[in-house]
This record gives sequence, structure tokens and C-alpha cells, in this order.
Amino acid sequence: MSDAPELRDPRAIAGLIREIGSLAAAVGRPVTFMEVCGTHTHAVAAAGLRRMLPDGVRLISGPGCPVCVTPVEYLDRALALAELDSTTVCTFGDLMRVPSSLSSLERAHAEGRPIEIVYSPRDAISLARTNSAQRVVFLAVGFETTAPTIAAALAEAEDDGIDNLLILPGNKVMPPPMRALVEDRELKVDGFLLPGHVSVLTGWECFRFLAEDYHVPGAVVGFAPADVMRGVADLLRQVRDGRAEISNLYGRVVSARGNAVAARMVERFFEPVATGWRGFGEIPDSGLGLRDRYAHRDAGRIEVALPDPHEPAGCACGDVLRGVIDPPQCALFGTVCQPTNPVGACMVSSEGTCAAWFRHDRLTGVAS
Amino acid sequence: MKRTPPDRLLLAHGSGGRLTQELVSSTFLPSLDNPILATLSDSAVLPELPPGRAALTTDGFVVDPPIFPGGDLGHLSVCGTVNDLAVAGARPLWLTWALILEEGVDGELLAACAAGAARAAANAGVAIVAGDTKVVPKGKGDRIYAVTAGLGIIPPGREIADQRIEDGDVIIASGPLGDHGATIMAARHGLEVGDLISDCAPVNSLVETLFAAGIDVHSMHDPTRGGVLTVCNEAAERSGKRIVLDETAIPVRQQVRAVCDVLGLEVLGLACEGRVLAWVPGAQAEAALSALRRDPAGRDAAIFGTVEAMDPGGVPVVLKTEIGSTRPLDMLSGSDLPRIC
Repeated sequence: MSDAPELRDPRAIAGLIREIGSLAAAVGRPVTFMEVCGTHTHAVAAAGLRRMLPDGVRLISGPGCPVCVTPVEYLDRALALAELDSTTVCTFGDLMRVPSSLSSLERAHAEGRPIEIVYSPRDAISLARTNSAQRVVFLAVGFETTAPTIAAALAEAEDDGIDNLLILPGNKVMPPPMRALVEDRELKVDGFLLPGHVSVLTGWECFRFLAEDYHVPGAVVGFAPADVMRGVADLLRQVRDGRAEISNLYGRVVSARGNAVAARMVERFFEPVATGWRGFGEIPDSGLGLRDRYAHRDAGRIEVALPDPHEPAGCACGDVLRGVIDPPQCALFGTVCQPTNPVGACMVSSEGTCAAWFRHDRLTGVAS
Repeated sequence: MKRTPPDRLLLAHGSGGRLTQELVSSTFLPSLDNPILATLSDSAVLPELPPGRAALTTDGFVVDPPIFPGGDLGHLSVCGTVNDLAVAGARPLWLTWALILEEGVDGELLAACAAGAARAAANAGVAIVAGDTKVVPKGKGDRIYAVTAGLGIIPPGREIADQRIEDGDVIIASGPLGDHGATIMAARHGLEVGDLISDCAPVNSLVETLFAAGIDVHSMHDPTRGGVLTVCNEAAERSGKRIVLDETAIPVRQQVRAVCDVLGLEVLGLACEGRVLAWVPGAQAEAALSALRRDPAGRDAAIFGTVEAMDPGGVPVVLKTEIGSTRPLDMLSGSDLPRIC
């Protein structure tokens, strides 16, 4: 939050840009780096970093926005749960406007379905405590960063006997889709800016497979403009030298192994399961499912009638998430699909690649 | 006649009968009293208007929570109405004030909002000359809503309009931006924000200092709902000019930035309820700034933007970022939803 001012100092940034320029010249060919964290997408766009990079250095956004990668089937199930008697669904705000097959949480809310926006799983616990006759279903989405708080809420519910709190498990973990990305022949990525917040929890070592198995370099970076630019410079240096390593440039908060307490908390409740990612399909071990002994808290095991999953026609969210195209290459971008009328999930959240691009990176006519 | 406010509002308090009368005399008249209101007639009959054009505005207020650090819904409703008149260049004179109350609402909340409205009216030098109360069944409303109208007079010779915005104008903020919006969001989500309070205040006397200093103010806005983003985009659209904001010059308190970081909100999309944005000619920039700063309410005034000619098809509002890049600034789309991480 209050990063050191030198991480935002225009002169320091200008120095890094010059360094990036000469490294890019030394590499001598166009390179593409991918960030895989919604907060990076947002930070890059908000500071206008992409515009400052030399022509041969392309920075793209991968599947880092939790809302964007949540498949339409998950929303269909959430909406079906909201139709059940004595059931309240609570969700992080971002999910409200994501289109489901037939509707959206926002639309269902306007139609009178009991759907509440919460800011933390703790709010869901309060709701469950004060509405003991209601089944309260929390939509558990997000990456390694939200999983521990959801586990903590479940632990509190277990300890205090709050039997009416359930979750719809939708949490995802980052390494498996990154493996899928580097195995994708269509994708040409020369290096990854690795997610700073996720790495606080997981530690940076879980990304070593990128360098060791696939010879793709990575740099764990923070979120201030200089953090991101140092990451780009580090990746360029590795490409120039033909090296592939995982650099930890966010050492002020990221360790090799991460937060063991949080990991134990998550392990108590969750186990790896195959789960669907918008744009990728199902990826083994990429989701967090509730363990059988907590089946009573798993709203995913409640029988509901689901519609046939339907993705909006023409939406290229999947290709955007895999970094195969930039948002403007989607036929719907900026015309049919806008922040006021999002067709695909990437336009809904401010972390979504399309929304960030629309809000910050439309460059036509910007005075330099 | 009964002089203490009721403990709880009953549907009967809105019936128009004896309980309504008691509510008015116990809760509203003591703090809002003035000779025009005191007649309690069907219409407020106003004295002859001063010379100039009349400006008329109306507004609805639904803030949650209704009492917040630095103000309350009553105070806010009067400030908001006064400020809409002031930024049109009008001297606000009279307001009407109607409340829609939910059955069961606490009498103390009502009394606090009436006192807040009275305090704001006294600060702004306006009179609330007509009022109404309705009570809706429990669950059909959220405690208290206020609806106002305000009448003011634009003295002869003043012309405030976005169409007057010219190349070379500078944009001045009368104080730090986003205090009100951040205070409300922090209160709603139980965030500790130290001494941060809403900026809710009438701005009419601050606006008058600009005119008194002889500044040729081209346009003014109070950046309420939608914040600076909405005001600047609308001003750019109406004037056909490009607005360029300088991120390093935008006055924002550290606590406000922190609230935005935690909740994932856009600082420039937060509401202010006691700030003015003024477009003045570049040649008068310093004079305008020092006029504002002489008033305690304007001591943190800052120039944070400029106006340029617009290329066809260009982006209307541009932010020069703190690291020296640029990006377009759009209005918010829908409500600013909190981000997950």
C-alpha cells in the first residue's frame, strides 16, 4: 500500500526504461512477457507502463483475474442455488456482473433472489450467525490469496457450530495453468512476471518448474511501477544471456517456501481437484475441492437443475486469457462488449484484461 | 404541545393527523425555525427576489450509514443542494426539505438529521422554508431518505458554463478529494481510518471569494456522485476540449488512498460533498488559488489539471501518471465493485 516513494520516482523509472531499452537492443528480437496476476494487470494499466516499454517488448496478461477464469458452469450453479428455498448466496462484488448461461447474479438480485455482496468470508459467517434459519452459501473464488481466509472462516464455523454456512468451492491455484500455458504451442512467451501476492503465500519455489522443466525464466515482482519494470529488465537480461531462472525481486515479503501456517489451514479443508478454467478447459489439480469430511459444507454437492452451459457468442475471453490475442483483436471488444455491458468475464472485473485495456490502454489520440 | 421527539417513528406519524403535527413541532421546528417556515402554510410565500436570474435545483439523498464521521444525512442534504446552486454561480437563498422515513426509525436519528440540516443551513446562510414527512411501512425503505429543492439567484453578469471552458484554462480543486466517499466506504466496512472525516460542507462562501477576487470563473462543479471522473468527462464532452490531469498534483489524503487500496476503489471516482472544481483562465490561476487559500475551507486548494484543444477522435480526459506516462480516464461503469485481491 504505502510502497517506498523511490518505487514510484519518475527519475528511477526513466533510468529503468533506458536500461530496458538497451537490454532489448542487446536481445535483438521482439520478446513477449506475461503477467498472471490481476493486480499486476491493474497496476501496469493504472501507471501507463505498457506505453513506456520499447516497441520490441510486449507485456501481456494471462489468467490472473479470478473472476475472469471462473467458468460459466460455476455461475450457473450459484444461480441455481439462489433459487432454492431458505438459501442466501453471498459473493465478492466482482462476480455480480459476470454473465452466466442465462442471466447473472446482478440480474437475479434485481429479480429478488437473496444474493448479498460481501467483502470477506467473515461477512458470510456474520450473515450465517444472524440468519440461522437460512442456508448461507459463500461463493469461494480466488487464488492462493483468498483460500486461507476462506479456510479460516470454515474453521470458525466448525468451532462455533455454525452449521448453516456452506461454500461453493471454486478456488484455484496458479502453477497448474502456468504449466498448461508453457505447454501450449500457440503461445509464445519468453518469460513470466510471477504473482507477488500469491508468492507471499506459496513461496517462489513452486515456480521453479518453469525454468527447470521448460527453460522459461520468471521473476517474482511487487506492484509498484519500479517493481514491474525491474522484473521486465531481469527477464530481458535472462533472455539475453540464454538463462532461465526464477528471480525473487519481491524479497521484502516473498520467501522460498511461503506461509506454512496458511498452507496448513488450507490443507485442513481443501484438496487438489481438477477444475475448469475459462479459456483453458479442465486442468488437473488446479482447483481446491472440499475434503469429504467437510461434505456438509459443500454446496457443490447439492442437487440442482442446471442449464446447458452457454458461452456468449463471439466472445474471445479464452484467447485473451491464454495471451493468444490482445483484447482489441476480439470482434466484440469496445463495440458490443464494454464495461457497461460486459459480454465476457474479462470485461467485468477491473482486474480483467479487457476492462483494464478499455479503461487505461486505449491510446488513440492520447497526447504524449 | 409535546416537545420531545418520538422514540420510534410510527406509521401514524405520517398520517397527517395529530401525531404528524407533534412530530413537526417536536423534531423539526425547534432547529429549523424561521419566519417563513413558522407559518406552516401550504406554500412558502417568498419575499421579492433580488435582481438576477433564478437557479432552481432538486436532489435526493439516500446515504448509508445516515450518520457518518463529519456529518449526517440532514447535513449532507442541505450542503448538497446549496452546493449545486453555488457551482452554477448562484447565491443560494431558500430550500425545501422532505423526508421519507421508515416505520420504526429511531427518533434520535431524526433529531440528529434535523440538527445537521439546521447547522448546514445556518453555515450557508439559507433558510429551509417548506417541508414534508411521509412514513412508509417497515422494510419498504431504509430508515431515512431526504428530497430537497433549492432556489438561488445568479447575480447579473455571472456566466458559469462548461461551454465557456477554453484552451489554457487551469482546473483548481478547493481541497483534498474523495474524503466523503472514502469516509462512507470505510464506515460501511468497519475500516479504521484515523481522523478522516467527510468533507461535507457548504461551498457557497468559498465560491463567492473567487468572484470577489475578480476571477473570470468559466465553469465550476461539485464532484459528488461519480467524483472527478464524471465531472471531468462531462465537462470535456460539453466544452469539446481535452482535460489533462496531473496525478502528482491531485490533492488526496493518504487515508483516502489507503481506503481505495484496501477496497479496490478508484480515488478519482469517490464523491466529495464540500469541494469545488473551478475552471479559470491560466492567466488568473495564481490569483484564484490565493483567493481560495485565504479562506480556511480552501487552504489546501491546488491546481491539478489543464485544458487543451481536442484532436478529432481523441481521448477527452487524460491522466499524466506519476511516473511520466499517460492513460485515459473514463467515467466509472456501473458501481465501483470491490476487487477480490
